[in-house]
Amino acid sequence: MEFFRIKRDIPFMSWGKYTTAISLATFILSVFFLFSKGLNLGVDFTGGTVMEVGYSQPADLNRVRDVVAKLGMGDASVQNFGTSRDVLIRLPAKPEISSAQLSETVMAALRQDDKTVEMRRVEFVGPQVGEELVENGALALLVVSFGIVAYLAMRFEWKFGVAGIIANLHDVVIILGFFAFFQWEFSLTVLAAILAILGYSVNESVVIFDRIRENFRKMRKATVAQTIDNAITRTMSRTIITHGSTQMVVVSMLLFGGEALHYFALALTIGILFGIYSSVLVASPIIMLLGVTREDLVKPEKKKEETEALP
Amino acid sequence: MNRYPFWKYLIIVVSVLLGLLYTLPNFFGESPAVQVSPLRSAAKVDTVLLQRVEDALKKANLAPSGMFLEAGGIKARFADTDMQLKAKDVLQSALGNNYVVALNLLPNSPQWLTSIGALPMYLGLDLRGGVHFMLQVDMKGALSKAMDRHGADIRGSLREQKIQYAGLDREGSQIIIKFRDAESRAKGEAEIGKTYGDLNLREQDVSGEFHLSATLKEEAQKRIQDSAVQQNITTLRNRVNELGVAEPIIQQAGADRVVVQLPGVQDTAKAKDILGRTATLEVRMVDEERDVEAALRGQIPFGSELHAERGGGPILVKKQVVLTGDRINDAQAGFDSNNQPAVHLNLDNNGSRIFKQLTRDNVGKRMAILLIEKNLVEVVTAPVIREEIGGGRVQISGRMTTEEARDVALLLRAGALAAPMDIIEERTVGPSLGAENISRGFNSTLYGFLAVAAFMSIYYMMFGFISVVALGVNLLLLIGLLSILQATLTLPGMAAIALTLGMAIDANVLINERIRDELRNGISPQAAISAGYERAFGTILDSNVTTLIAGIALFAFGSGPVKGFAVVLCLGILTSMFSALMVSRGMVNVMYGSRRKLEKVPIGQVWKPVSEKR
Repeated sequence: MEFFRIKRDIPFMSWGKYTTAISLATFILSVFFLFSKGLNLGVDFTGGTVMEVGYSQPADLNRVRDVVAKLGMGDASVQNFGTSRDVLIRLPAKPEISSAQLSETVMAALRQDDKTVEMRRVEFVGPQVGEELVENGALALLVVSFGIVAYLAMRFEWKFGVAGIIANLHDVVIILGFFAFFQWEFSLTVLAAILAILGYSVNESVVIFDRIRENFRKMRKATVAQTIDNAITRTMSRTIITHGSTQMVVVSMLLFGGEALHYFALALTIGILFGIYSSVLVASPIIMLLGVTREDLVKPEKKKEETEALP
Repeated sequence: MNRYPFWKYLIIVVSVLLGLLYTLPNFFGESPAVQVSPLRSAAKVDTVLLQRVEDALKKANLAPSGMFLEAGGIKARFADTDMQLKAKDVLQSALGNNYVVALNLLPNSPQWLTSIGALPMYLGLDLRGGVHFMLQVDMKGALSKAMDRHGADIRGSLREQKIQYAGLDREGSQIIIKFRDAESRAKGEAEIGKTYGDLNLREQDVSGEFHLSATLKEEAQKRIQDSAVQQNITTLRNRVNELGVAEPIIQQAGADRVVVQLPGVQDTAKAKDILGRTATLEVRMVDEERDVEAALRGQIPFGSELHAERGGGPILVKKQVVLTGDRINDAQAGFDSNNQPAVHLNLDNNGSRIFKQLTRDNVGKRMAILLIEKNLVEVVTAPVIREEIGGGRVQISGRMTTEEARDVALLLRAGALAAPMDIIEERTVGPSLGAENISRGFNSTLYGFLAVAAFMSIYYMMFGFISVVALGVNLLLLIGLLSILQATLTLPGMAAIALTLGMAIDANVLINERIRDELRNGISPQAAISAGYERAFGTILDSNVTTLIAGIALFAFGSGPVKGFAVVLCLGILTSMFSALMVSRGMVNVMYGSRRKLEKVPIGQVWKPVSEKR
């Protein structure tokens, strides 16, 4: 079986203008939603208490809401979580009540109302911890970005490093844009997914860059654009199959992973889809734009020629 | 050309066998167990104790499915949770206060596996259920308490040295000692300077009064804060031990934070209650000269406070703290000479000296023992001092039940917290959700693996199948490695296992596509295989290093569950490199490497563009 029967190199580079326009548009749209709607930050980052309780029968949300409101916590949000029997209660951070008391009080009240209720999960994050998690998350993103640029610059050339990271930060912004637009909950696990995607989709750029370098050595007569086109075309099959395989696993996570892994898997899905697009149609045009030449990558051979010519 | 030297096959075979061996314990599962461990060093773990445990269980008709005597204690395994719970109660009452009986889970794997250190993966709290707390130590509170203690000590010293002073007050972070004249102030300053090296002393003259202000030196502040965290950790450990939790984790996190993890705790409310107790103990004198009735009407006399006595009415207690709980070495519940329930205390040297002086000066008067929790003060007991008590042996009795005596002894023994603590992060996962999370993570991995396996086998035929086997080896090695390292496996960690499988296949796809590429270019099958693997190597290395960078950064900056994700991701990258490059190559070499005339590589259809043929 062979899916990709491509006869001629696909002229990706000649589409540069359009793809850059599309990227720019999605990017700007994402940034717009990030600023206009903002991320729906989870309790990890905002601080506060989240309780997940389970009932033996489908839960009556209004009754739960009443119970919580009676405790003087009218600003709590109560909603179903996964199934109709599971209820998620979010309580904003209250400095005057300790977390331990807060969740216990709510639990006691719920138990009084309905004996079958079962505590499934309590998460409390103090505001100072939330702030730190935001800081650490941003720092991790920064370190990963710099690490990748440095590695690509070392293995290839700085232009590749810059192109790789721009392409992938573009993915990250788009994932964030999706989370802002749909107001999906942005939790610590989603952040982990984004960082993993950052590392993963750089793979894509690396594979293409590798081919470009190889092609520069082999295809001596071709132009830079032709060289890149050939590299992308020849790795196309691998790109789709690899991402397809990873996506299969992620779909399995979406189907069987439950609520806890839902947004994690969603972030990965968006990341994988845009990862394909950006490494093919964003990273490569950027290297072109930065004016990559054969000499950038094929230095050793050139030196050999020089030393031979000297005596 | 496609042959491996013998040692390479050996590496592959040995690592696969090791992977199998250490993955094995995960299949046996765990069963409920009860763990008996000594609470004090006096209590011994030996065959005598084993006999006692056996006898107690036999009497109650509870037959354990296995008993183990280890250095840290005795573990007994049971068939079900019901028996486990019964056994816990039976053993606790049979062994008494000197031993902790905790519920635990023991791996079902055979003894020989356990003896080579092959244990199942260490499950995080989100998978096994339990409580995670992060507590922040209130450093200001620690300093304030230290100043209180210094104030009390200075009073004692001045009185001992017969130096006249008019009063001693705490004002924020300083102690102000008032003297009547400059001469006694000079004497006081010399005495305090000699005895209390931690204090900075400064003379102040305020409206004709001779003041001496004492503040804590900077290095002393730092030392007090450090030791406050350390003492709080010790106290928490003691309390958790009394709770009977198996394998608790209590460790410092950062300068002023403590992380407490109690796996498998079912009664989370009780755990929170015991841990959250910021209780501190103070010994003060009862103010007997003044009228309680008047105080109740709002006329609280200067220098005293109105508090409630446990099981009694209101009581007036002086503000001055004589002794704090951290002077207590040991506390035991017992009975006094009249056979009334009592708590026997053992004070440290300084505490003994203070207590001796206090009781000598106050025979016939009442002292009060106060339990202070988050601004809530309760007088536990207010006994009458009958005689001078030296040697630091103190007995608290009166108005106590045996139960109460035990509680007070426990709290005193576990020690007071050196500084108040606040819970700033809590993650509690109920046991049912934990089990659900395991099956979710397992199913995600299983079905993801099956889907990839099916696709690879169809698309790349035999080479696809080889890739799948390599992927299986990758999974085996990863789980084996996680078991060996006993790294904490969380739900995001399980997601990372699934994700690394999806990512690991990338290496095999790269190799297979390369081989097809070479075949398309018309190279002989053997040469194509060799070239495919070699050319793909650099690419695989590059792409894995970038993911590894992300993984390491996640590990460095992540916390809790995210750290678990990062660990699995990093380990998965390493095992996938090994399995994709070495294991699959080894298999290919064994199957095809020795064939002289390999007509065709079974890697599925290799399509060649028609234009090239022309």
